[in-house]
Amino acid sequence: MLIPHPLLGLRDAQEFTYLGDADLMLRPDPNAEDAEAQFAEYVYLRDNPAGLHRELWFHEQGDRSWLVVTRNTLTHEILSAELASDVKRKIGVAQ
Amino acid sequence: MKFSGLRVIKEALTGHKGWKPLWRDPAPKSHYDFVIIGGGGHGLATAYYLAKVFGKANIAVLEKGWLGSGNIGRNTTIIRSNYLLPGNQPFYEFSMKLWENLEQETNFNSMVSQRSIINLFHTDGQRDAYRRRGNAMKFSGADAELLSQEDLRQLAPFLNFDNARFPIKGGLRQLRAGTARHDGVAWGYARGADMRGVDLIQNCEVTGMKIEGGKIIGVETTRGYIGAGKVGVAVAGSSSRVMSMAGKRLPIESHVLQAFVSEGLKPTIPGVITFGAGHFYVSQSDKGGLVFGGDIDGYNSYAQRGNLPVVEDVLEGGMALMPMIGRARLLRSWGGVMDMSMDGSPIIDRTDVDGLYFNGGWCYGGFKATPASGYAFAHLLATDTPHETATAYRMDRFARGYVVDEKGVGAQPNLH
Repeated sequence: MLIPHPLLGLRDAQEFTYLGDADLMLRPDPNAEDAEAQFAEYVYLRDNPAGLHRELWFHEQGDRSWLVVTRNTLTHEILSAELASDVKRKIGVAQ
Repeated sequence: MKFSGLRVIKEALTGHKGWKPLWRDPAPKSHYDFVIIGGGGHGLATAYYLAKVFGKANIAVLEKGWLGSGNIGRNTTIIRSNYLLPGNQPFYEFSMKLWENLEQETNFNSMVSQRSIINLFHTDGQRDAYRRRGNAMKFSGADAELLSQEDLRQLAPFLNFDNARFPIKGGLRQLRAGTARHDGVAWGYARGADMRGVDLIQNCEVTGMKIEGGKIIGVETTRGYIGAGKVGVAVAGSSSRVMSMAGKRLPIESHVLQAFVSEGLKPTIPGVITFGAGHFYVSQSDKGGLVFGGDIDGYNSYAQRGNLPVVEDVLEGGMALMPMIGRARLLRSWGGVMDMSMDGSPIIDRTDVDGLYFNGGWCYGGFKATPASGYAFAHLLATDTPHETATAYRMDRFARGYVVDEKGVGAQPNLH
């Protein structure tokens, strides 16, 4: 698989390590009333779709950036890749 | 129709005209007391034990393709009970005991061959860890023994003992482990279930679940609505897809695992051998092909095929372990979709929908578990209580902090 890195162009997926669903960027509020239940869900439960999947890849043997890659889990076709920092800025998650 | 040596001779003399299909091809009825979704090894074994051991009737198995068309026909056929954790090892040893009697039980030749497994170790630290594992195995009633390098040189002289980076120091052996004919296992259970009146319904994909007042009352399928008393889901690989019909999210990611077979060779490999310094395991089929595999590809996939980097990685592992494998030609490689759970261990449990039961999360260890998984799931479906060896496999263990994490890598499914 070749991942279209937004800064570096097409890169071999072997240069990356895979974390999982991009929703892992949406960490729950640890001060919420039901924080324990929210974190159990956040850590352990996944949508695991058959079809389009937004997922986090880390360019470990490259520029060490995190990407959000949109990929079809039925065909392995990669539709897009964005810098995770850009995605985060767009959705306004504070960290 | 009972199989026996006499029967084979009789058929040979009469032109093999007396063989009948192994199971019926019934149309679905409008209602069953028990509906098992998934006609793979685990689903068929569940139906078999439900009818045979727990005396239940009016059972159907719904399969979207043909019987045994999923992972039961795509694995590397290894059976073993060499786990460490108390939540796992008694269950797999129970499975091993069922394997040992499977052919007599089902009157079907599943080619169970207890040809042993050897897990190699390469450092003193790893030897100590394997010694501990061997002791844990013995606690559950399984067998285990530590082999020295000299023992191994006798058994498997072709191993790369003096590899500068990963010298082979010895191995942990389970003599009762081995291999079985994977399709034969599915066929044996299917035939046994059919003989006891279970309806095996093929080309019948479940497309929806009818849940009213927190209770499941039936399933929508491509062959019409089927009412159900209890529904058991045993569709590892597609668990998230099926359980989403009941609005459930699971502690599971689907990943692709590749497997390989070489051209047929003369008998070379005694039993199953696993490399302790990388992920590589190899055995030899009765046809002579070397059957081997390694890591999963590591990204979510429902594709039943993997990519080349893992092919290269697996073959490098093989070359490091036994350089002679480089002389054999690769015949085929293929992929299967695994339910990778968040702690590397399976789930056999009720759900919060009354009458809906779940069996999945087998990672890449589902084949060896087939008999015990079916038995334990049937126990749960019949009695609403977990089998004594499967009490750790609860759905809520993640939220409660009672994970069964054999490798200790946490909630990262692609590392289990």
